Amino acid sequence: MSRIHVTTTVNGDTVEFLADPRETLLDCLRDHVGLTGSKEGCGTGDCGACSVRLDGTLVCSCLVLGVEAQGRTVETIEGMATGGELHPLQRKFIEHAALQCGFCTPGILVAAKALLEKNANPTDTEIRYWLAGNLCRCTGYDKIIRAVQDAAAEMRGAA
Amino acid sequence: MPKDELKAEFRLVGTRPNRPDGLDKVTGRARYGADATLPGMLWGAVVRSPHAHAKIVKIDASKALALDGVKAVVTRADLPTGLTGEDWNLQENTLAGEKALYDGHAVAAVAATSRLLAEEAARLVEVTYEVLPHVIDVDDAIRPDAPVIREGAADASVPPGMPPNVVRYLDFGRGDIDAGFAAADLVREQTYKTEATHQGYIEPHACVGQLGADGKGEMWVCTQGQWYIRKMCSAVLGLEAAQLRVTPSEIGGGFGGKTTIFMEPLSLALSRKAGGRPVKIVMSRSEVLRATGPTASASMDVKIGMKKDGTITAGRAEFRMQGGAFPGSPVAEGLYCAFAPYAIPALQHIGYDVLANRPKCAAYRAPGSPMGAFAVESLIDEMCRELGLDPMAVRLKNAVREGDTASYGATFGSIGLIETLEATAAHPNLAVPLGPNQGRGIASGFWFNHAGETSVTLAIGEDGTATVSVGTPDIGGSRASIALMTAETLGIRYEDVRVNIVETGALGVNEPTHGSRATFASGKAAVIAAEAAIREMCNRAAAEWGIEPEAVEWVQGAAQPAGPNAGKFPPMSIAEIASKMGGTGGPISGHHESVPDGFGASFGAHVVDVEVDPETGRTTVLRYLVVQDAGRAIHPAYVEGQYQGGAAQGIGWALNEEYIYGKDGRLQNTVFLDYRIPVASDLPPIDTVIVEVPNPGHPYGVRGVGETGITPPLPAIANAIHAATGVRLRHLPMTPPKILAAMKTKG
Amino acid sequence: MVAVNLWSSLARFTDGARVVEVQAATIAEALQALVALHPGLEPILKGGVSVVVNGEVMPNRHATIAPDAEIFLLQALKGG
Ligand code: FES
Ligand code: FES
Repeated sequence: MSRIHVTTTVNGDTVEFLADPRETLLDCLRDHVGLTGSKEGCGTGDCGACSVRLDGTLVCSCLVLGVEAQGRTVETIEGMATGGELHPLQRKFIEHAALQCGFCTPGILVAAKALLEKNANPTDTEIRYWLAGNLCRCTGYDKIIRAVQDAAAEMRGAA
Repeated sequence: MPKDELKAEFRLVGTRPNRPDGLDKVTGRARYGADATLPGMLWGAVVRSPHAHAKIVKIDASKALALDGVKAVVTRADLPTGLTGEDWNLQENTLAGEKALYDGHAVAAVAATSRLLAEEAARLVEVTYEVLPHVIDVDDAIRPDAPVIREGAADASVPPGMPPNVVRYLDFGRGDIDAGFAAADLVREQTYKTEATHQGYIEPHACVGQLGADGKGEMWVCTQGQWYIRKMCSAVLGLEAAQLRVTPSEIGGGFGGKTTIFMEPLSLALSRKAGGRPVKIVMSRSEVLRATGPTASASMDVKIGMKKDGTITAGRAEFRMQGGAFPGSPVAEGLYCAFAPYAIPALQHIGYDVLANRPKCAAYRAPGSPMGAFAVESLIDEMCRELGLDPMAVRLKNAVREGDTASYGATFGSIGLIETLEATAAHPNLAVPLGPNQGRGIASGFWFNHAGETSVTLAIGEDGTATVSVGTPDIGGSRASIALMTAETLGIRYEDVRVNIVETGALGVNEPTHGSRATFASGKAAVIAAEAAIREMCNRAAAEWGIEPEAVEWVQGAAQPAGPNAGKFPPMSIAEIASKMGGTGGPISGHHESVPDGFGASFGAHVVDVEVDPETGRTTVLRYLVVQDAGRAIHPAYVEGQYQGGAAQGIGWALNEEYIYGKDGRLQNTVFLDYRIPVASDLPPIDTVIVEVPNPGHPYGVRGVGETGITPPLPAIANAIHAATGVRLRHLPMTPPKILAAMKTKG
Repeated sequence: MVAVNLWSSLARFTDGARVVEVQAATIAEALQALVALHPGLEPILKGGVSVVVNGEVMPNRHATIAPDAEIFLLQALKGG
């Protein structure tokens, strides 16, 4: 199948790649753009390890075709720290030991950031339902919820 | 000893610093199995059997090979012959020979220039099957007239005359079992079943393998044990171990499932056929569920005798487990663990390892123990109710202590079951009042723990920092705990230690990170290696000062004269000694390798409160408490993490997870939507209490903590559901329809 | 003499004995002596057993054992 030229913005940089029309955005990010921070845990939209923002909307990049990124803006885990500064969520995840193997972590961080932009003061239950599409098999979620709450508190304080 | 007293002795052990690999893992930089790309790399895809049991009549790959960009096809004919025992099992599981033994069994593999092309080529490989009768359920598989999966698979432990799919048998016990039951006031016997579940690590198996015609190879792979990969791939492909260099990637969870091989030898075999170009294979989630190594399913008869005061007089367990189409279900481990928390004078255990047309099981967190605990801990709870006894008091009354002979024959050293149960009984969660349709359940759990082959090297850097090379991949923070113990021993900052997980060429053979051993065994070896480096640094200082090495001691990261008679010299810091080492005798390092002894056994107790919706039968976990003996928690946050993660997996196993097969023998739930593991909104906070009864077999008192936590949830939740509803479920998972049906029957 | 305790289905290889006494200074010697007395046990021991000596699981076959040691054989253990 002939490949399609795609121009898109990833984490603020213009990137170009050739995509097979069957390839997902996740495949393209990982295999063509060289950004392997987004993970594939299922490929069917069930695990959230591939979570990215597409024009600001939280999506499973395994359910988006690479060619759909044409002319749009993609944000991935690699763009979350700005100017060498970790995002408070990233810092709090380390501090609270909210990751064990760390495979779910990029997707959860991207999803949690989207939540805190919508709702700066979520309840535990709101966090749990928001992250219900992000599977973690290692932690039992307890420390993840605490880390998100702590980051949210810090961000509210800073704002 | 109270925890505070213990902690006061340490500078770093017991603190919660940031993990050394944290930054890489929150920024997406950490490289996992699927994240490597090599020049000239091809992609591999696997052709899998759609049948549970079928003769392979013919494999025709001509259409696949005709595609532009397809570089190699591998079938069993490309692998060496003449293997025996477990090596043969591994090879047969890697690629089917005469028969496909389960839905998803690999039959052929292809390599091509892109992932999509490889997948397309795999679809074009034509396999002609002759479908055979299959058997899935363990109780069906053990029938004398069941379809025979493999003639001659039984080992010498199986007495003559057993059904054909029984491949291993064991029985053991002690005391007079009849007298034991005769001495009881109440004797009850029940049958329990658990279904197969999957470890459910979020990272699918992935590797890049490269193998030349000269037999030299390289592999990048997500694994719990790079040496196991080396050994098994070498055996399956007939390679020399030393010629295969295996580098472990970061690993996205394993829980026992990444202690063996699946598609790894295929990437090497494809690479060899494709002129030595590296071949990457990444499994899909469906492949992971259909064709990696879930746990066994079990059918278990348990009989217990109890006196009116709660004393257990006798126990009998007969377990049947299927671990797929190969020997290896954890039936022995399940039996050894089943009664381990109890001091019982008369015991009898019987176990059958049974073949069925399912994938070859792999280890899953405390293999066998959750099943055994589900049966025994459920029945004890049932009998406590019948006799009107407090289940916690009965557990305390019968609990094993140091010096007791375990149900499986060993003698317990220092163990913390009593302390664990006492801490559980004292926890505020037990005082929370329960509402209607709510119930509370408790259960204990046990795991042996494990030491295993271990080799560690520590090297002092020119600036007095330290590099530790270990062979146990870091799945849940073991770099942090090993760095803490090393820094504590050397008397330097935690940040001045770097722990590297190294490839197979860099150390002696290490067993995987399994059996709850990484912090115990690699940690112990790192401490001993650090002590060796300290001795050498004391020698260097002694030579500088012109005094005897015995007159030098190591205090707070520096050599100093031991006592006034040794001479008056200011302390010589590690940095100073290190900066001069090139001119004082060369590099300073420490090394230790052994199979460490003294791993301490692990006990835990869980308490769960549930609410069962009488309309739908749905169970909500309201509160969850894990109490477990850690010996000593080096990094308490990661100990808590192990407790919480084990509990969450156990909750999934109890309530929801199971392998569901259709009448055709095909797995029905091959994606996460259908094989549903607990999500964040399914779970409450998971409270933890770390009990510390130090393990004298470890320099800092560590005992492994990884596995025990998955064991108690199965019975604890069954006991809680009984308390909430009055119905007893003896067949996992306890799904809403099952609970509803049981409630209806009860009326 | 060192007492080696077998799980009960092994008794069919030992003329019914559940405990076999052997003269041995190491675990390896004890296992060799066991096979010399009861050759039917060889495939079982080769298949992998865990050896418990006076209550401790001992992975090192060359470990020395006391003349009156008590050995239990278990089917080999594995972990996750
Ligand atoms: S990989 Fe996209 S949701 Fe799992
Ligand atoms: S930390 Fe391993 S899956 Fe979440």
